[in-house]
Amino acid sequence: MAPLLEVENLRIELTTRDGIAPVIDDLSFTLNAGETLSFVGESGCGKSMTALALMGLLPDKIGRVASGKIIFNNEDLTQASDARLREIRGNDISMIFQEPMTSLNPVFTIGEQIAEVLRAHQGLSRAAAWAKAVELLDAVRIPNPKGRASDYPFQMSGGQRQRAMIAMALACEPKILIADEPTTALDVTVQAQIFDLLTDLRRQTSAAIILITHDMGAVAEMAERMIVMYAGRKAEFGPVDQIITHPRHPYTKGLISCVPHIVSDMTEERPDLIEVPGIVPSLKDFGQDRCLFASRCAYVTDKCQASRPSKKLFSNGQIADCWHAEDL
Amino acid sequence: MSKMESEQEFEKARSPFAEAWGMFRRNHTAVGALGVLLLILLGAIFGPFLYGVDPFEMVWAPFSPPGEEGFMLGTDYLGRDLLAMIISGARVSLLIGLSAALVSILIGVTVGALAGFYRGWVEEVLMRVTEFFQVLPTLLFSMVLVALFGASLPMITFAIGVVSWTAVARITRSEFLRIRELEYVMAARASGGSNKTLMFTVILPNALPPIIVQSALMVGSAILFEAGLSFLGLTDPNVVSWGQIIGSNRQYILDAGYTVTFPGIAIFVTVLAISLVGDGLNDALNPKLRQR
Repeated sequence: MAPLLEVENLRIELTTRDGIAPVIDDLSFTLNAGETLSFVGESGCGKSMTALALMGLLPDKIGRVASGKIIFNNEDLTQASDARLREIRGNDISMIFQEPMTSLNPVFTIGEQIAEVLRAHQGLSRAAAWAKAVELLDAVRIPNPKGRASDYPFQMSGGQRQRAMIAMALACEPKILIADEPTTALDVTVQAQIFDLLTDLRRQTSAAIILITHDMGAVAEMAERMIVMYAGRKAEFGPVDQIITHPRHPYTKGLISCVPHIVSDMTEERPDLIEVPGIVPSLKDFGQDRCLFASRCAYVTDKCQASRPSKKLFSNGQIADCWHAEDL
Repeated sequence: MSKMESEQEFEKARSPFAEAWGMFRRNHTAVGALGVLLLILLGAIFGPFLYGVDPFEMVWAPFSPPGEEGFMLGTDYLGRDLLAMIISGARVSLLIGLSAALVSILIGVTVGALAGFYRGWVEEVLMRVTEFFQVLPTLLFSMVLVALFGASLPMITFAIGVVSWTAVARITRSEFLRIRELEYVMAARASGGSNKTLMFTVILPNALPPIIVQSALMVGSAILFEAGLSFLGLTDPNVVSWGQIIGSNRQYILDAGYTVTFPGIAIFVTVLAISLVGDGLNDALNPKLRQR
C-alpha cells in the first residue's frame, strides 16, 4: 500500500536579517494511514515549520519551500494552488495548536465555530452543522455537549478548549491530524486525558496523527515511529521502542536521559538527571556542511566538524545521521 | 442529565453584546445621555405629527419673543415658528449625521481592512491615499464638492462622509494588523478559511469595539459638520436644518438672540449626548481602559 503522505527531500528556507536560512534541510519521511508519527526536538529545531509546510501555511514572504515534494494522495502539495490548499486544510489535513487559550475565536461560541468548519467544507445546513457540532463535542467527551456548544471560549477551561479544538479539527474526518504540542499549555492530568482521547479517536476514525512534542513520555505512549529533529535536520528516525531502548544518536540519547524517572524505592540509588549542554545554534548557522550538534556532543571528533554526517541504516529500521552511530 | 442541565442554567452564557450592555449600564452619565438621545430621536420621528405647524409658513409677526401668542420658542426673521423649525431640523441633522457616519464607516472599514489584511503594496497604496485625504482641508474640500455638485441631501452626506473616513481606516487597519497575527486567525486558516472568511467572520468581529466607539463619535462630528456647511448656506434650501436656522438668522443676533440660541442648544445637546454615549461605549467595550 502506498503511504498516505510522502515527504521527499524537503527544504524550507526562511528569510532572516542575516540572510536565507534553511530551517528544514533535506527532510524525507512517510506517513501511513492510521499511524502516529512523532516529531521530537528542542524549540527552534524546525518541528512546527514542518507542520506549517504540510498545511501550506508557511509565513508569507518569509518562508518558502525551496525544494522537495510533499505528496499527499498522489498530489504534490508544494505545487497546489491556494484554492486547492484551502480545500485540503481542515478537510483532509487538519491541525491543533499549542495554545488552546488563544486558538479559538473569542467572539463566537464553540458550537458556531465547529459548525462553521462543517458548513464550509461539507456544505451542511445551519441546523445539521449545529447538530453535528454537538455530536462532535460529545465525542471528545465534553459533558453536557448540548449546553456547552453555546458557550464562549472564555467560559471553558484549558482542557475543555483543547477538546473543542480537537472536535473542530476532526469535524470533517481528516486523513491526517497534525497536533503541534497539543498539551504543552495544559497541566499534567489533563495532558494524560488529551492523549487518551487522541488515541481513542485515532482508533475510531483511523486518521493518521503527526504529533509534534518535546515530551518523550507522550511519544512513548502515543507514537509508533518517531523523528528526532535537530537544527532543521533529521537526527534520528525509527520505531519508537527501538529508539528509546537504544538511541543511535547522541542527541536522542541526551533527550531521553533528561526525562526524570520515578523510582518507587526511595532508598534505591537514583541516576543523575543529565542535561544536554548548550543551546540550539541560531538560524544563521543552519545548513553548514558539518554536524550541527558537534558543539554540544560528547563524542565529537574532527570528522564531525569537517562534513555533514551521512545516514546510517540499522537492521531494526533505525536510521541515525551520526558518524559515530555504530559506536553508541 | 436533568441535573447537568440545571447546572448549565446556573452559569448562563452571556453573549459579548449582553456583556457590553451590562458594562454600559453601570455608566450613569452615558445611560442618561442615551435617554436624551432617544428623546431627540423620538421627537425627530414623531414631532412633526404631534406639533402640526408648517416650519416654512409665516405664522406670526417676525421676531416675536419666546412664549408670545403660544409660540413657545418665538418666531424668526420671516415670522416662522422656531419650534416647528427645530423639530423639522432635527430630522435633517440626525439623518445626515447618521448616514454620513455610515458612509465614512463603509469607506474607512473597507480601506483599513484591505490594508491591514493584505499588507504589502495594497497597504502602501491605500495608506498613502488615506494620508492624502487626511491632509486635505476638510471643510474647504466638502464645500467645493457641494458647490460643484449641488446642495442636495445625498451630496452633503457624501461630502461629509468622504472627508471623515480616514480615522476609521487607520483604526481598522491597526486592529487588523494586531489581530491577523493572533493564533485563532492561524487556526481558522488551518481549518480552511478563505481570505474573505478570515477578514469578515474572524478578524472584523474582533476588531469592532474601537470601530463602534469611533462611529458613535463620528455621528456627532458629522452633525457639527453639517451645521457648519448649512450655516454657510451650503444646504438644500427645501429643508430646514439647525445650522441653516442659525445661518439665516445670524444678522439679527443682537436684536433677536433667541433665534440662534435655541437651534444652537439643540446642536449642543445632541452632539454632547452622542459624545457621552460614545464615551460610555468606549468604557464598556474596552474594559481594560476603565481604571484610569
